[in-house]
Amino acid sequence: MLTCQGLTELVTDYLEGRLPFTRWLSFQMHLGMCRHCRGYLRQMKVTVATLGHLPPEPMPPAIRDELLRRFKDMRSA
Amino acid sequence: MTGRREGHGLMDEAVLLERLRRGDEAAFSHLVERHHRPLLRLARSFVSSQAVAEEVVQDTWVAVITGLPTFEARSSLKTWIFRILANRARTRGVREGRSVPFSSLSGDDEPAVDASRFSANGMWSRPPEAWDGNAPDTILMNGEAMRSLSRAMEELPPAQAAVVTLRDVAGMDSAEVCSVLEISETNQRVLLHRARSKLRRVLEEHVGAK
Repeated sequence: MLTCQGLTELVTDYLEGRLPFTRWLSFQMHLGMCRHCRGYLRQMKVTVATLGHLPPEPMPPAIRDELLRRFKDMRSA
Repeated sequence: MTGRREGHGLMDEAVLLERLRRGDEAAFSHLVERHHRPLLRLARSFVSSQAVAEEVVQDTWVAVITGLPTFEARSSLKTWIFRILANRARTRGVREGRSVPFSSLSGDDEPAVDASRFSANGMWSRPPEAWDGNAPDTILMNGEAMRSLSRAMEELPPAQAAVVTLRDVAGMDSAEVCSVLEISETNQRVLLHRARSKLRRVLEEHVGAK
């Protein structure tokens, strides 16, 4: 029997599609029965989605301008 | 929910590459702004100081500018850029006498969720709260949560930081990450699991079911 605690350690393998079939089956069955673990899985997915949407942080203008200058030079070379 | 998700204003890669080759400065700015921070974070996993990491990232951009005309698109543009960085940062790290323990998985065996959250039979005693009303958008606007997340990313062990940056921040797939970091798929998955679990815990402290 897969426990809730056990499920939290298998979440990444599950999301990566790397669980062996029988493990995957008990994972699915557990999810079907356990609202809390569904909530946990959702939190993990939201965490991943959040990381994928981090706003770009501004970089020092001096560095950006220098790189842009080199990019332009490369074109005209 | 699980697929590759494209973040803020990403241009289609083929279009971006085409514009870069035409010398489109806006396209280049876009590329630099988008990847600079993740590159810096990755570099930091290999070298000992922020200053050295910044140097490596700048060298990488120069190599990208120089290499663009002959880039053959056998990998994605993004993977190519991150590979240039990883190779340079790795060499630099070795020269500094610093080796990143990408293959050693010992020394960090903390559970995904603290054992105190479960009863003796392994069932939740303090279950996670529902985040359903809090999809990424709400979290992204929560300044405090974002600051904690950013701090937590800085504090991850270097190998975990490298993997989660490439997979989840830069949006690469596992094969690309393994090739850039020169690690096995299993290793990558374990590192990713530890990093994601830790970052979820950080967000959980800020995101309640209000």
